[in-house]
Amino acid sequence: MSPTEPSNAAQGNSGLVLSARDLAKAFGSNKVLRGIDIDVRRGQVVALIGPSGSGKTTVLRSLNGLEVPDAGTVTFGDADAGTVRGSGAGLTLDFAGTVGKREIAALRDRSAMVFQHYNLFPHMTVLKNIIEGPLQVQKRPRAEVVAEAERLLARVGLADRRDAYPFELSGGQQQRVGIVRALALKPQLLLFDEPTSALDPELVGEVLGVIKELADEGWTMVIVTHELAFARQVADEVIFMDGGVVVERGPAAEVLREPREERTKQFVKRLQHDV
Amino acid sequence: MTFNWDLVWSSFGPIIGGAVTGTIPLTLASFAFGLALALLVALLRLSPNSLLSGIARFYVSVIRGTPLLVQLFVIFYGLPSIGVKLEPWPSAIIAFSLNVGGYAAEVIRAAILSVPKGQWEAGHTIGMSRPQTLVRIILPQAARVSVPPLSNTFISLVKDTSLASLILVTELFRNAQQIAAFSQEFMILYLESALVYWVICLVLSTGQSALERRLDRYVAH
Repeated sequence: MSPTEPSNAAQGNSGLVLSARDLAKAFGSNKVLRGIDIDVRRGQVVALIGPSGSGKTTVLRSLNGLEVPDAGTVTFGDADAGTVRGSGAGLTLDFAGTVGKREIAALRDRSAMVFQHYNLFPHMTVLKNIIEGPLQVQKRPRAEVVAEAERLLARVGLADRRDAYPFELSGGQQQRVGIVRALALKPQLLLFDEPTSALDPELVGEVLGVIKELADEGWTMVIVTHELAFARQVADEVIFMDGGVVVERGPAAEVLREPREERTKQFVKRLQHDV
Repeated sequence: MTFNWDLVWSSFGPIIGGAVTGTIPLTLASFAFGLALALLVALLRLSPNSLLSGIARFYVSVIRGTPLLVQLFVIFYGLPSIGVKLEPWPSAIIAFSLNVGGYAAEVIRAAILSVPKGQWEAGHTIGMSRPQTLVRIILPQAARVSVPPLSNTFISLVKDTSLASLILVTELFRNAQQIAAFSQEFMILYLESALVYWVICLVLSTGQSALERRLDRYVAH
């Protein structure tokens, strides 16, 4: 087993990686989150679905400190043996109080984010994009970090592009580099913000394929997505949000095949018609 | 009228000498200090602290709203009346640095703002602090955008240093003026000095193109 993959021992432990309670957030008078709870267990894949403006991206960004909620708590459990980020004991942030830079940094240190628009660093080659965090922030040895990056690149089929600049890659390739950049940080939790929404349709498959493999390997993930078929395949739990609240949650097959709530039914139906 | 070729050749020495010992070091020193100041001012301008950004805004406004010659005179001829007496060289370097600082601050501020917000976020999510993200992620991208306008500032500065002749700095144009006054050949000397400024600026433009090509290697053409 390679060092980036969560250990079996950790998977056997069904402990919570993440537990968020009562997250609330308003932008001015617009309440985007009205009390959201999320639990993510080790090795679990949670899909956040819902119409635009439902708050699902804000939830995801709150877990990484890119948004700071007005209230609520986020708790991370003890780190797995194989992770570098968030090594050590658990962490709880209470957003009702003042949350300083150090707390946000500690929160960020638990997870890694894959963005809708990739957000690769355009002035760095593929390899440099990947090793920047492990080298500059985590201060790991260069040889180890480079070897790891090359191994991960080979895994997503991009070994020959390590010295290319992002502009020389297709969208699908850029997003695969984005995923490798996140993996290289060895986080406890992977966060995906609509990872295929900016891609041309013919490139969606290659990115979803990589994410599915990660799910099969036991990575713990939260994915904001519009790809319902994909969510059904990889997600253990689906959370349907609308208007800043969780409308329905449960096993993927149940929520997506036989939704109980009217709003979920309409949403699922509309998206399936679109396909 | 007979054209005084001897004077043309004999005056090139002092004029080029003035460029080498005056114009060029004055330009380089002022640009270096000015850029450092400009980066600081740009960051203050972007600061969420309204007092700091207000100070920066005021500074930029004063520098851009007053003539460089007046700034130079205030420092060299004005300050002694309040007890601050500076030699010509330090006066010139201070005035030109402050001037570059004001203009370049706006260029750098705009260049930093031109980098997409997602780049800051990507820096933060890989664990970088704000200063670390600024230095490693944002400024290298802002540099590419700001090279053409900063080159303009640089080339203007080369020519603006001729104003230092008015506060007794021995540089290219002051040497030309002295020979002209002595020989009464104004046309020859002033055209000669114009030619030397032009050649310096041509060299700088070539350097600018090379730098732009280098910084453009990571963008689609």
